[in-house]
Amino acid sequence: METLLQQIINGLVVGSVYALIALGYTMVYGILGLINFAHGDILMVGALVALQVISFLQEHFPTMSPVLMLLIGLVVAALACMILGYVIERTAYRRLRNAPRLAPLITAIGVSFLLQTLAMIIWGRNYHNFPQLISTAPLQPVEGVFITPVQIIILISSALLMGGLILLVNKTRLGRAMRATAENHKVASLMGVDTNRIISTTFIIGSGLAAVAGVMFSSNYGVAHYAMGFTPGIKAFTAAVLGGIGNLGGAMLGGVVLGLVESIGAGYLGTATDLCNLPHWLQWASLTQTCSNGGSFELLSSNYQDIFAFVILGIVLIFRPTGLLGERVSDRA
Amino acid sequence: MNELVEAIPWLGHRHPKAARSLITCLMLLAPMIALLFGNTWVRILDFALLYVMLALGLNLVVGFAGLLDLGYIAFYAVGAYTWAFLASPHFGLHLPFYLVLPLGAAFAACAGIILGFPVLRLRGDYLAIVTLGFGEIVRIFMNNLNYPVNITNGPQGINMLDSMNLFGWDISHAVQITDTFRINPLVSFYYLFLLFVVGSVIVIRRLQISRIGRGWAAIRDDELAAKAIGINTRNMKLLAFSLGATFGGVSGGLFGSFQGFVSPESFSLMESIAILTMVVFGGMGNIGGVIIGAVALSLLPEVLRGIALPVQQQLFGKVILDPEVLRMLLLSLAMILMMQFRPAGLIPANARYSRPELARAGKGAQS
Repeated sequence: METLLQQIINGLVVGSVYALIALGYTMVYGILGLINFAHGDILMVGALVALQVISFLQEHFPTMSPVLMLLIGLVVAALACMILGYVIERTAYRRLRNAPRLAPLITAIGVSFLLQTLAMIIWGRNYHNFPQLISTAPLQPVEGVFITPVQIIILISSALLMGGLILLVNKTRLGRAMRATAENHKVASLMGVDTNRIISTTFIIGSGLAAVAGVMFSSNYGVAHYAMGFTPGIKAFTAAVLGGIGNLGGAMLGGVVLGLVESIGAGYLGTATDLCNLPHWLQWASLTQTCSNGGSFELLSSNYQDIFAFVILGIVLIFRPTGLLGERVSDRA
Repeated sequence: MNELVEAIPWLGHRHPKAARSLITCLMLLAPMIALLFGNTWVRILDFALLYVMLALGLNLVVGFAGLLDLGYIAFYAVGAYTWAFLASPHFGLHLPFYLVLPLGAAFAACAGIILGFPVLRLRGDYLAIVTLGFGEIVRIFMNNLNYPVNITNGPQGINMLDSMNLFGWDISHAVQITDTFRINPLVSFYYLFLLFVVGSVIVIRRLQISRIGRGWAAIRDDELAAKAIGINTRNMKLLAFSLGATFGGVSGGLFGSFQGFVSPESFSLMESIAILTMVVFGGMGNIGGVIIGAVALSLLPEVLRGIALPVQQQLFGKVILDPEVLRMLLLSLAMILMMQFRPAGLIPANARYSRPELARAGKGAQS
C-alpha cells in the first residue's frame, strides 16, 4: 500500500511537469497545427540558463537567500526562453505557415537538434549538478511514504500556473483572440485580430511555461544536461495527444494521467512480468531452480519505463485520435 | 542515373553521355583517389555508400509514398542485429552471407509491416511521432534485452561479427596480387557496397516508374483521391514500409559485416534524423538528389573535420567544436535552411513527371 501511495505521489509530481510542457505543445498545435518538436529543448535551455544564473549568484552573492536565488534564476530562464521562442517562431516557422505539411515538422526537428547542439557547445556534454536550493529532505506525511518540499512546491506552482493560463485563455481579451485564431486564422484577422502577434504570444507563453517546467524538472532530479529535453518533450507530447491535442484541460489531464501510469507501471512492471509467478507446471526446470533460490525472472524491468509513453501514444492515436477530452476532430490523424 | 546526369551543371544538359561516363569513372575511381589521402578516407567512402543505401530506402517511404518515418534506423538495426545473431560467436552461429543478408532483409520487412499496420490510419506529423516512438522502443529493447536472458548483450553490444565471406574469399583480408601490390580490404568493401547501391538504384528506379510507384505518388499527393480511383491504399502503404525497411535491413547487414561490431549506440534517433536530412537535403522523391544528398552530408562533416580542427587549433589554441558537434550543427542547419529556402531539396523531384522520358518531352513542348 505504501508503495502504491509513493508511486502515486511521484506520478503526480512528474505528471504535473509533463502537463506544463504539454500545454505549450497543445497551444501551438491548436493555433498552427504544428508539432513544435523543439519545445522539449526549450525546456532544456530554461534549465541550463537557470543553472547558469544560480551558479553566478552563488559565486558573487553567497549571502543571498536560496529561495530568492531560485526565483531570480527562474525569472531569467523564463525570459530567455520567451525570447528564444519568439525568435524561433519568427525566423524558422513564420515563412512556412502555408508550406506543405511536412516542411514545418522537418524544420522543427532541425530547430530541436540545433538547440541541442548549441547547448552542447555552450555547456558541454557533461551532466551538471543542479543546486538543490530548496530542501530535499523527505517529509513523511504517512508512515513509509516520502515527499520532498521540492515536490510539494512543484505540485502547487504548476497548479497555480495552469489555473492562471486557463483564466488567461478564457477570461481575457488576449485569450479570446487566441481562441479565435485557433478557430480560423482568416476570419480572426478579418475581425481585427492581429494573428501574427497572437501566434508569437502563444509561442512566448508556451516557452515560458517550458522554462518553468525545466527548472522544476532539474530541481527534482538534481541534474541538467544538453539532451535532457528530448524525453520529457516526447512524453509531454504524448500527454497532449492523450488529453486531446488543442485542448488545454486535456493537456493537463493527459500529463497527470501519463505521469501516474508511468510511475505506477514502472513500479509494478518487473513483478508483473516475473515468470516466477507462473504456475509451477508452466515453469521449466532451470527457471524453478532460479526462482527457488530467491531469484526472479523479470521479462521487463523498470528499464522499460520509457516505453509506456510511446505505447500509450500509439494506442491513443490509433483508437481515439481525438484524445480523452478532444473536442476538435483533427484532420491530421 | 539520368537524374544524376542532369544534376551536373552545364555538362549534364549539353553532353549527357560525357556526364554519364564522368560519373561512372568517379564512382569506380573514388577509392583510389581516397587512398591517396589515407585509409580513413576509404572508410568514410564506405560509410557514405551505406548512407546512400539507407537514404534510398527512406526515400522510398518519405519521398515516394509521402509517409514521414522518423524510426527508419530501427530497420537498419534489425538488419545489423540479424547479422550479429547469425554470424558471430555470440550464439556460436556462423551462417554464410547469402542466408544472413536475405534473412535480415526479411526480418526488417516484417518489422516494417509490424510498424505499418497500426499506423495505417495516421497521416503526416502524427505518423512521424509514432514512427519515432517505434524507433525508440526498438532501441530500448536492444539496450535492455540482456536480462533475464542475454539476447542483445545490452549497451555493450555484440562484437567479433563475421566478416563478409564471398564463397571462400573473406573480404576483410587484403588480397595479395603481387609482392608489392595488394588490394586493401576497405577498397573491396567499397566495390561490394557499390554493387549493392547500383542494384538498389535499379530496383528502386523500376519501382518508381511501375504501377506501384505511381500508386505511391498518388497517395502522397492526395490520399482520398488515390482511394477514389481504386488504389488499395492500405496495401500500398504497407508495401512502402516493408520495401523501405528491406533496404534498411540489407544495409544493416552490410554495416554489421563491415564494422564487425554492433551496439545500440549506432542506432539512435540522431541517425534516423541524419538520414532524413540527407533525403530532404538532396530532394525528396528524386533518386539522384537523394544519392547526392547522402554523399554530400556524409562526406562534408569529414571534410570539415579535416579543415575546421586545424583552423581552430591555429585560432584559439584548442578545439572548441569537436567533429561530432560540427556534424550535428551541419545537419540541423541543413534541415532548417533547406526548408526555408529550397523546400524541394537540392535537386527537386519533378512532381508531374516521374518518368524522365515524359519530363524531357514536357520540357521540349514548353520551349
